[in-house]
Amino acid sequence: MPHAVKSDPHRLDLKPHVSDEIRKTTCYMCACRCGIDVHIRDGRIRYIEGNRDHPINKGALCAKGSAGIMQHYSPARLQKPLRRTGPRGSGEFEEIEWDEALETAVSWLEPLRDNAPEKLAFFTGRDQSQSLTGWWAQQFGTPNYAAHGGFCSVNMATAGIYTIGGSFWEFGEPDWERTCYFMIFGVAEDHDSNPIKLGLSRLKERGVKIVGVNPVRTGYNAIADEWIGITPGTDGLFILALVHELIRAGKVDLDYLLRYTNAAQLVVDAPGTDGHGLLARNDDGEVLVWDRRANEERGYRDVSTGAALKGRYRLRDGRTAVPVFEHLVRQYADTRYSPDAVAAETGVDAATIRRIAAELAHTAFEERIEVAAEWTDWRGEKHDRFVGRPVSFHAMRGISAHSNGFQTCRALHVLQILLGAIDCPGGFRFKPPYPKPSTIHPQPHGGVTPGQALDGPHLGFLHGPEDLLVDDDGRALRIDKAFTWDAPMSAHGMLHMVIANAVAGDPYEIDTLFLFMANMAWNSSMNTRDVMRMLEAKRDDGEYRIPHIICSDAFSSEMVAYADLVLPDTIYLERYDAMSLLDRPIGEADAVADSIRWPVLEPDRDVRPFQSVLLDLGARLGLPGMVDASGAPTYKDYADYLVHHERKPGIGPLAGFRGRDGEASGRGEPNPDQLRRDIENGGYWLEHVPEGAAFYRMANVAYQDWAVAKGLVDKPSPVVFNLYLEPLRRFQLAAEGHGPAQPPEHLRERVRRCFTPLPEWYAPFEGGEIDVEEYPYHAITQRPAAMYHSWGSQNAWLRQIHGENAMYVPGPICDAVGLEDGDWAWITSWHGRICVPVRRMQAVNEKTLWTWNAIGKRKGAWNLSPDAPEATRGFLLNHLINELLPPKGDGHRYANSDPITGQAAWYDLRVDSEKADGPPAEAEPAFGAQKNALPRAPKDVRYGSEWDQ
Amino acid sequence: MTALPKKTAQKLGLVIDLDTCVGCHACVVSCKEWNTGGYPAPLSDEDAYGAEPVGAWLNRVHSFEVTAPDAAARIVHFPKSCLHCDNAPCVTVCPTGSSYKREEDGIVLVDEDLCIGCGLCAWACPYGAREMDPVDGVMKKCTLCVDRIYNDNLAEEDREPACVRACPTRARHFGDLNDPDSAVSKLVADRGGYDLMPEQGTKPVNQYLPPRPRDADSTRTPRLDPIDGDATPDGILGWLDRALERLG
Repeated sequence: MPHAVKSDPHRLDLKPHVSDEIRKTTCYMCACRCGIDVHIRDGRIRYIEGNRDHPINKGALCAKGSAGIMQHYSPARLQKPLRRTGPRGSGEFEEIEWDEALETAVSWLEPLRDNAPEKLAFFTGRDQSQSLTGWWAQQFGTPNYAAHGGFCSVNMATAGIYTIGGSFWEFGEPDWERTCYFMIFGVAEDHDSNPIKLGLSRLKERGVKIVGVNPVRTGYNAIADEWIGITPGTDGLFILALVHELIRAGKVDLDYLLRYTNAAQLVVDAPGTDGHGLLARNDDGEVLVWDRRANEERGYRDVSTGAALKGRYRLRDGRTAVPVFEHLVRQYADTRYSPDAVAAETGVDAATIRRIAAELAHTAFEERIEVAAEWTDWRGEKHDRFVGRPVSFHAMRGISAHSNGFQTCRALHVLQILLGAIDCPGGFRFKPPYPKPSTIHPQPHGGVTPGQALDGPHLGFLHGPEDLLVDDDGRALRIDKAFTWDAPMSAHGMLHMVIANAVAGDPYEIDTLFLFMANMAWNSSMNTRDVMRMLEAKRDDGEYRIPHIICSDAFSSEMVAYADLVLPDTIYLERYDAMSLLDRPIGEADAVADSIRWPVLEPDRDVRPFQSVLLDLGARLGLPGMVDASGAPTYKDYADYLVHHERKPGIGPLAGFRGRDGEASGRGEPNPDQLRRDIENGGYWLEHVPEGAAFYRMANVAYQDWAVAKGLVDKPSPVVFNLYLEPLRRFQLAAEGHGPAQPPEHLRERVRRCFTPLPEWYAPFEGGEIDVEEYPYHAITQRPAAMYHSWGSQNAWLRQIHGENAMYVPGPICDAVGLEDGDWAWITSWHGRICVPVRRMQAVNEKTLWTWNAIGKRKGAWNLSPDAPEATRGFLLNHLINELLPPKGDGHRYANSDPITGQAAWYDLRVDSEKADGPPAEAEPAFGAQKNALPRAPKDVRYGSEWDQ
Repeated sequence: MTALPKKTAQKLGLVIDLDTCVGCHACVVSCKEWNTGGYPAPLSDEDAYGAEPVGAWLNRVHSFEVTAPDAAARIVHFPKSCLHCDNAPCVTVCPTGSSYKREEDGIVLVDEDLCIGCGLCAWACPYGAREMDPVDGVMKKCTLCVDRIYNDNLAEEDREPACVRACPTRARHFGDLNDPDSAVSKLVADRGGYDLMPEQGTKPVNQYLPPRPRDADSTRTPRLDPIDGDATPDGILGWLDRALERLG
């Protein structure tokens, strides 16, 4: 550090007072959940910096996090509860008192609970308190609850849980310190924002090769050593071509496959019967393998490396069976997955695919690493080392948000498994509480009894057609039709279908739509214009088709303008929150952790934290668990709930500082002092995984026992990696006509084709339903690193970085259609058209147009002036995307979603482009301005002037 | 006109790694939030919620697309702030003595009490690194967080510029470039750090590390050999028997 300096004629104060106090909490400028040090001076925020001790960000902070000051003092903050006075969408409101607001909500909700709880649809957008909101909805008794995962990355999460017991981001991370080769798929900015940047930096320091697979070469792809500018929707094909190459060369980790995966498990071969393609089991229900040495069938647990991976075997019950691995070899060694066969479709030349496969194999098998340690696996076999395959991967929404996304995500995990690169040194590593097998997660529940709680948790993992949430006539139990044949494994629900289904009365009508932090009237809906009309739609009697809409949000969003009742929430620096092991924990591979937010500043307006309001509503409604025997509220507020609520004995929202003395962790009785201890600890709690339990945790007894002790699981729960995913085969069998639960006829062929138990690539649906010569290009969005969806535009600083967006058009397309940089163009899909500014770009897949996500705003929203560039030049791609596929002529409309999980297929979009004659006055479509029940925003901001020296 | 020191005891500055910068703007905003309440307070934002928001920012990131005939196009993210030049034209052009370069450490500063907002320094700076405050009408610029780096009200590890403290890809480094043994000097030597626009004769202190080559065609392992020359499914399954025997 520099030395002290001589006196200064300019009277420079080199050592000014910085802050009166540092308050350590958790950021919420995006979903990354970094630790922050909030410096308070004179009762205001002097500045915010990253917490150096925090496991997520280790002191770093992104542009969004540093702009928290402008969020905190934003003129878009709601001030007081509101009741709508003008028509829906106008933004005309009157301010009301909290008691009146809450009693209004109760007057709508109470009759529903008593008579028809399903008529409440409670959906929470970017909710980080799902263990509370889900529990509340369950106690209310409605089946209609979910957060926003269905239109985000449910394919990634679900494919991961079913296949390996975890996924990326909250579930695991690359071993940044040991990996020697890293591939990142479909990620611009990501949920795991700062950890990925920190990790990439470590890889750069260590000289590790980074391969970016993405149609657009911005962000992380810009610094990747190699860029694969893949065509959208073909990642699965590319990945399976890598698998093809590895299998043909015998470059797979056979020892790993035999010990930790279902490669050796036997698949019944009995065509035409209801067992064909299911795993062979003995009378005890144990899955069978073939013991090569004894030449007989044995239970999977009893044989490890001695099991057969190929051959046809006659079982004791007379049936014949073939190991999973033989099916896998026959499927992926087929020439349809050869690099030559996939090159044109993927836009990646065959030599590149061959070379990447060779580099993966070289790194995994020639550069293997070992970490010495004594450990025992779940079969009881002892090991003296952890073998490492130092290749690692990360992927997110780019490969996920397609109608083939689930199988693509599965394919990526199959690739990792074949290389033996999961939870080993140098590979992908789980973060506790993961891995967890899909079978110990809850199953979805939809059983409604008026006046009572739902029959179980809403969301979860089902294992066959008998688990679907349909009634005896096959009708969906849920308003979003999650867990039906439309999308059987929709583990996060389908928020993007709720409004359309409710307005259509299909499967039934609802009374109240209750939204928290979900901007469904704008950037969070496909087909935005029609969704706005749906929210305005009235029945013949003049009543809105959705009679009541309640919104809770901290800001005056586009959706707020459509609410009948607005419950204003606090800013993230004004409330308690928990990043809980019960829903979406923070954490790292070597430690279990959770964290909190706490009110580092008191609200200066008449707003209340949503979670406390929800508990208040629950108490007013008398929901079980929220009132005591006398009818008095169980919890004073959310903080009280965080400390005292127990989901199971000894297990609550926060795992640290439990027990009377605060010394217990994981399990322990509630500690009234818990929040203070968390705050003193920097706003988080962390405990390291014991030595010997750091790797191979899917099978490692020491880890499993520790996980039980910490309350992460109820009993040891090893995970066997599912190369072959039997639940998919159960759905496929039904589609082949077996079993009592049968798909509707119009879905039968789709289920047969798409629900393959080993992932197959199929073309995205939209491209199959339209004339691709008419719409020859792809169009996608990316999230900018300096803006988190709609929240950022009100931010005086961030909007100067991303105040408008342009459509980036590849040079060859510009030349083909006569576009120049700065022109405006009509972009057309089968569903709609938009007129937008154009920028020419070369570093992009040559068939793909792209733009930044969620920059465009409705006029007047977020308390921006109606002529703000967000509203005049900014635009949404959403207007081009429908929640349904084009009509096929068979009388059915199919969802524009993954057929397995229901994930919104945003990135399947196909478009055409033509130059607009003469620049229009503003981007189209344009909408009338909404009003705000807010004081006018200041013209200029001179934040910090009071501290001028 | 204002004189420059003949030499400075230290040359404090930044080393910015263009190989690692992802263009995330973390440094841009952390700079804004520290400095809007710091030495140059405030960094104003005019029309902050209106049609043409314009603010003073002491650090900005520009993104360029680089194309070459035989290579795929690429993006380079280029963070830019005052380079604290040894031969700073913004200082010598200043009519009031407001702009000056410190003898102790080479940091170029603006004394706002003396600044008349004439804008000559911005005109003279070839890098466009000066920022006229749109509301206050005086010149603002990167101070290298001079009110942080010597400030013992901060923990010692935090006595570095806010941009360096925040950078999530650790692409920014701070130190004395006059000291050949400093970490930053070694980084410049190892990685071929360079002066921005040396032809201008400004002798900038800040250094940039160039992006490493991309898309280098690795010939280490161009392709995998098929098993025993027979990579049909049956050929692969035949190999399995032998491989499993080796496994024991």
